[in-house]
Amino acid sequence: MKILVCISHVPDTTAKINFVNGDSEFDTNGVQFVINPNDEFGLTRAIWFKEQAGANVTVVNVGGPDAEATLRKALAIGADEAIRVNANPTDGFFVAKQLAEVVKNGGFDLVIAGKESLDYNGGMVPGMLAGLLGFDFVNSCINLEVNGSDAKAVREIDGGKETLSAKLPLVIGGQKGLVEEKDLRIPNMRGIMMARQKALTVLEPVAANSNTKAVKFEKPAPKSAVKLISADNLDELVNLLHNEAKVI
Amino acid sequence: MSILIYAEFAEGKFKKTALELASYAKKIAGETGTTVTALTINAIDAAAQLGKYGVDKVLNVKSDKLTAFNAKAYADAIKQAAQKESSKIVLFNSTTDSLYIAPLVAVALEAGYASNVVAQPISLSPFQVKRNAFSNKAFNITEITTDVKVLTIGKNSYGVFENAVSATEEEFSPSLNDADFSVKVESSEKVSGKVTIADAEIVVSGGRGLKGPENWGILEDLAAVLGAATACSKPVSDLGWRPHSEHVGQTGKPVAANLYIAIGISGAIQHIAGINSSKVKVVINSDADAPFFKVADYGVVGDAFEIVPKLTEKIKAFKAQNS
Repeated sequence: MKILVCISHVPDTTAKINFVNGDSEFDTNGVQFVINPNDEFGLTRAIWFKEQAGANVTVVNVGGPDAEATLRKALAIGADEAIRVNANPTDGFFVAKQLAEVVKNGGFDLVIAGKESLDYNGGMVPGMLAGLLGFDFVNSCINLEVNGSDAKAVREIDGGKETLSAKLPLVIGGQKGLVEEKDLRIPNMRGIMMARQKALTVLEPVAANSNTKAVKFEKPAPKSAVKLISADNLDELVNLLHNEAKVI
Repeated sequence: MSILIYAEFAEGKFKKTALELASYAKKIAGETGTTVTALTINAIDAAAQLGKYGVDKVLNVKSDKLTAFNAKAYADAIKQAAQKESSKIVLFNSTTDSLYIAPLVAVALEAGYASNVVAQPISLSPFQVKRNAFSNKAFNITEITTDVKVLTIGKNSYGVFENAVSATEEEFSPSLNDADFSVKVESSEKVSGKVTIADAEIVVSGGRGLKGPENWGILEDLAAVLGAATACSKPVSDLGWRPHSEHVGQTGKPVAANLYIAIGISGAIQHIAGINSSKVKVVINSDADAPFFKVADYGVVGDAFEIVPKLTEKIKAFKAQNS
């Protein structure tokens, strides 16, 4: 089985979110970048398939040279090889087009991408990729088993979960549950050394449209300070929730 | 040119979010001099229910093959409805199912897609919308440059407004092929008779401060008087005190409730990222320095085991008086 794991290179959760150039671009100054958490759950599941069933795992990112550190981390965790499509990921459709090309040329059976990235929260790349390729698609996937060309996937639904059967080739929009947080791996020294020897291929992008553009960014208005209510005066809390906040 | 909405019908009725979507679409239709069409699947009495909120026409698909949710087949039906109506704007809710379908529809219609939209479009030409990004730490103004536009609208980002019109209803039979059904539902587990986090207007959430799963009764009592869903922080679900399905936060479920009550939750940045689009936030915590107080609207410093049962009684009394 050939697995492609799509990796977004995103600011760490604790990063300060600021914008530059007239609020049109994210300020990367001093920001630590990481593997998008939803992608990391998928990557770890893919490595499990490698260890249990001899799958080959390739990671891919659409981005600039700065994303290579994140791809190297994925290699250190256990992926076999990496591909970077050398392009500015302008919108979800553009990225999906690039990934579709990589999938077609690489003959992948299973594509795992996080259901959403931490930065733009678009939540569109896995679905668009499946649509472009005509592959089966399971989103919000919290468990995945593969047996030959048959897959059994569990997806989260509002208020529960649903078990689905699908055929490879398959695109998964992954999240926590594919593996648990405790199963995530921190690269060890041996992994880091080995990652240096693994292939990281840089491909030039194919021609594709962007269907959207990020015009600018705004930060939410600063919050007013919390109103503290004494534990002995809970009537006041009920009153505020009813008369001021109007939520009960 | 009609604006198309996909109105989710479940357990015999339309969800409140579907009515909000109808209201949202009607506002744009009013400004552009067009109408609203709703695509529904196996819905009953759709024209009457949706007409109240401004839907002019219902295209209802009746099909036994679509009784179970199927993303590809639903997307195909919605695509064909959009083509039939020559829709330039196709709108979805932000439910798990709609977020699954929307990108498939966008690709099929060669449409630009913006998710997490939090308000009416800023402008219709150029077509610009405001959306949540960076885990609710920023807004992103996105311009869609294609002829057809697909949006998913965040819960509670517009509101439900009555705008009664007499809607027409017709049966719609899209042509679906076998490939649409290659992913099959084998089984489904759904908690019944409980408010889900996705649907809830109020969410009552507990953290490690509650000290153990045996203490959740006080939280459930409070949720019961408020008609709220229960949720928990990541450590609580990692410890197995509560099911994973209740975990809210960055790697858990997102919450966009009217009221979020955090009990014994310190407020790690990952937790806040997941719940921050809730309108009003209340924190109850014994540690006055807990970071949650920085993002909350109302706070009570003290022992949850004393405060929560008292608050439940106060709210019960308030409800009895005001009902």
